Amino acid sequence: MLGRRWWTPWLWLAPALALLGVFLVYPVVDTLRRSFLDERSKNFVGLDNYRFIIDNPQPLVSDTHSALLNNVMWLTLFTAITVSLGLIIAVLAGRVRYEAVAKSAIFIPMAISFVAASVIWRFMYEFNSDIGTANAAVTSLGGDATAWLQNTNAPQTWLTDAGPDTLPRPIQINNLALVMVGVWMWTGFAMIVLSAGLKGISTEVLEAARVDGANEWQIFWRVIIPIMSPTIVVVATTLVIQGLKKFDLVWVMTGGRFKTDVVATLFYKEAFRIGDFGVGAALAVVLLLWVLPIMVISIRRFQFQEETR
Amino acid sequence: MARVNFDHVTKRFDNVVAVNDFSLEIPDREFLALVGPSGCGKSTTLRLLAGLEEISEGDIYIGDRLVNNVAAKDRDIAMVFQSYALYPHMSVYDNMAFGLSLRKLPKEDIGHRVHEAAQILGIEDLLKRKPRQLSGGQRQRVALGRAIVRDPAAFLLDEPLSNLDAKLRVQTRAELSKLHQRLGATFIYVTHDQVEAMTMATRIAVMNEGLLQQVGAPQELYDWPDNVFVAGFIGSPSMNFFEAKVAGSQEGMHLDTGIFRVPVPASRVNDLLSYLGKEIIFGIRPENICDPECQPASADAAPVTAQVDVTELMGSEVFLHLVAGGKLFMARVDPRTRARPGQEIRVEFDMGHMHAFDPQTEEAIRSKEKGQPSRGQAG
Amino acid sequence: MARRNPSMSGGSAEAPVALALGAARRTVARFPLHVAIIGLMVLWSVPTIALLVSSFREPTAIASSGWWNAIKEPFDLTVGNYQSVLEKQGMARAFVNSIIITVPSTVLVILVAALAAYAFAWMKFPARNLLFLLMVALLVVPVQMTLIPVLRLYTDVTVDAELPLLGGRIFGTSSYVGIWVAHTAYGLPFAIYLLRNFFGSLPRDLFESAYLDGASDVGVFFRIVLPLSMPAISALAIFQFLWVWNDLLVALILLGDPTLAPMTLKITSLVSSFGTNYQVLTAAAFISMALPLFIFFALQRYFVQGILAGAVKG
Ligand SMILES: Nc1ncnc2c1ncn2[C@@H]1O[C@H](COP(=O)(O)OP(=O)(O)OP(=O)(O)O)[C@@H](O)[C@H]1O
Ligand SMILES: [Mg+2]
Repeated sequence: MLGRRWWTPWLWLAPALALLGVFLVYPVVDTLRRSFLDERSKNFVGLDNYRFIIDNPQPLVSDTHSALLNNVMWLTLFTAITVSLGLIIAVLAGRVRYEAVAKSAIFIPMAISFVAASVIWRFMYEFNSDIGTANAAVTSLGGDATAWLQNTNAPQTWLTDAGPDTLPRPIQINNLALVMVGVWMWTGFAMIVLSAGLKGISTEVLEAARVDGANEWQIFWRVIIPIMSPTIVVVATTLVIQGLKKFDLVWVMTGGRFKTDVVATLFYKEAFRIGDFGVGAALAVVLLLWVLPIMVISIRRFQFQEETR
Repeated sequence: MARVNFDHVTKRFDNVVAVNDFSLEIPDREFLALVGPSGCGKSTTLRLLAGLEEISEGDIYIGDRLVNNVAAKDRDIAMVFQSYALYPHMSVYDNMAFGLSLRKLPKEDIGHRVHEAAQILGIEDLLKRKPRQLSGGQRQRVALGRAIVRDPAAFLLDEPLSNLDAKLRVQTRAELSKLHQRLGATFIYVTHDQVEAMTMATRIAVMNEGLLQQVGAPQELYDWPDNVFVAGFIGSPSMNFFEAKVAGSQEGMHLDTGIFRVPVPASRVNDLLSYLGKEIIFGIRPENICDPECQPASADAAPVTAQVDVTELMGSEVFLHLVAGGKLFMARVDPRTRARPGQEIRVEFDMGHMHAFDPQTEEAIRSKEKGQPSRGQAG
Repeated sequence: MARRNPSMSGGSAEAPVALALGAARRTVARFPLHVAIIGLMVLWSVPTIALLVSSFREPTAIASSGWWNAIKEPFDLTVGNYQSVLEKQGMARAFVNSIIITVPSTVLVILVAALAAYAFAWMKFPARNLLFLLMVALLVVPVQMTLIPVLRLYTDVTVDAELPLLGGRIFGTSSYVGIWVAHTAYGLPFAIYLLRNFFGSLPRDLFESAYLDGASDVGVFFRIVLPLSMPAISALAIFQFLWVWNDLLVALILLGDPTLAPMTLKITSLVSSFGTNYQVLTAAAFISMALPLFIFFALQRYFVQGILAGAVKG
């Protein structure tokens, strides 16, 4: 706009920049520095800490390879399931009279404190099918109970009575069980943000599509999804990053045992339990690097939005 | 007060030149219509004046003040957007009161002015409604009302009628004209509908591809178009053009299109003298082609035979789509005509109203003393 | 109908039948829709219901049989878990502390993020997109990574003062201001990201119209952008409220003073002092859920209405 002084935008940004600088940028820079130092942050060790992550010399204490693989699983499976469910619920619930009730049911898990949620999920996944809801459901349907949080097998080995284990490692029963808890907690988030976007679509557009002869299915794929895509990207980006830095859930449910470690839990273990700040910092830096491709995608999208509005 | 002056204004977006070396002076209280085809830079010109876009080159004055770097809010200008841009979360009253309350006017004053504007526009009953509860025409009035209450030095209107049905459009057109007289403010009105421009404007500025083509009173533009573009743009249906050779001599000059030959009337011979033996573009408006059977011939009438392709009955007149020698052209004749599709008929060109253009420059060929409308400056 | 379209009049006798059939067909067609929604609702509610039922059971019962047994006879429900939470010394204070910590943190995040998002969406300045992406990239920073450097910083700048309202300290560890600021900073990347997206999708004409009406950036921000962004802002408010309300980690590290401790801290200390009696957590979960749920229902109407309708002609 004309007549706006060059420093006006910076004035508007100043509070955010200051807060982010102190609470996020400074720690990141500090971590980056420590990732090149030894475990007490005294001596320079070059890339040794990164080599540790790549070589995985102590797979029993801190299995870096499995943590990296698990991260991939989290950010794909967790994101894909949560976004699709959130979108489906947002769209479907808008068509029934009990929309508010339906949405509340999906939202409530978000309001439960994490500690309480972990208590109840440990009961849900309890092996004893007299106590564990999941196993009670499985056995009453004629299946075999399983140790949901310990079983590192691929799901089909369980379904088909120990058939060949063909899926790649991170698709383990216990990992999937953890992802389902994450999905349970975050679908409400996806649903709410997506509903807000959905309510922004003018009814005239949908009516125009209907008049043009589109059925509901075509409207969903050809009208709603394209119009919603900016919102979907916001939700997906947030969830990818949530999946990427997933810590609390894994830490409380399994403590990273049974090959469920992710990079964030391993970072915590290295830095605060094992006491190797160098490796911990290097793991944290690896976590930060994952965000680069996401940024490249976003940059394109924002340029596109600029041009089209 | 609100004289507006564009002085060699250019606006570039990356690689598009939206407005190109645009110079125009708009005197106070004028109703100027800015017309041109879609994408020619009309909205951009308006937005430059409003202060919504930065000028790449040149100067804009409002009154005597150079406003190149004056913020939109300090220009004392109101704009009615192509999309109305009503604030969806405010009632009609609040939409109209918004600008006034920002200027810290006393409450009673605001109420008074809003009610007065609402009365002028006949929307007093709607003041409590939200924009989404209004019809298109009502929204358009609210958008106008929002501009009126501000009592600005100039009104900028960007195709404000494009969303209304034909009847409402005609009605609103008349109301806008009345409003202009009543308010005594400068109106700059963007449209691509030349009927709107012809009926309301005191002057029309024609733009094409960012360039100002011609400015003048509606009749002036119609009678004396400066170039082929303006000639074709103003008037409906648009002017017929033929490539023609100027033949004969000063005494018996005629135009030869290869399909027909028509004499040049004595009054135009001087203009075309220097083109003798050369090609020109010959233009004639459909309303200057008539069916001699139902209309007395004029002094300069020249007969031409053509095949009738289509007839369009418009009620008070008939549009004939004619073909002669593979060339399509239109005539606008009396509805009593007996011409029917497929027939061969004889029409008469009223050569007293002929137009001639240079084929290279596309400029009108016209002698200086003809009272040529000035270009770019207030006539 | 029939008068306007004479060709339809022949079918007028059949119309009611066709109408009834159509309604029936629609109900049948919508059956899978209801099954899907209700199925998902039930699936999502099972853990919550399990939690609710367990919160009314004796610890021994929880450990020996599934929650669904409590719905069968004999009913052996108890409010003991709720009693042990509510009777705990200082629980009321902890509830108040939670509110004191959460409300300003939520308001601050929305304000600071909205200012930044407005600049990113509607002002032009060099390196705008790059800066925006860097801010969003900070989403990926795990909070536990930042706590040690921040704690070190806080101990250096702790400012004591006799201000009981602010918890005896103006800033630093164990001060309300300290934790407000920290929560605001951690919430910013997501908040800026969400709001910038929403602001960017508002029609440009509305802004320009307001500028012409004489509004400054501040005027446009408060009178156009914020009211129009209520769906996004209320969604953001709910998330931020929940995240701060349920936060344990940040409070644990930055709030040393037990008199300032929020409910989450209090409840966790309850668990440890009782050993591994997790059942109190189930009751505590429902007590601490009440307020966020209330806010969710209060704000829900904002995401249900399409607030932009009628802004610009279609
Ligand atoms: N922000 C922009 N960035 C790039 N190009 C633009 C921008 N705004 C307008 N243009 C270009 O400038 C030219 C003129 O646009 P303008 O909107 O002024 O046309 P217009 O005469 O108002 O057309 P219409 O009658 O369709 O409204 C067009 O080619 C358009 O593509
Ligand atoms: Mg335009």
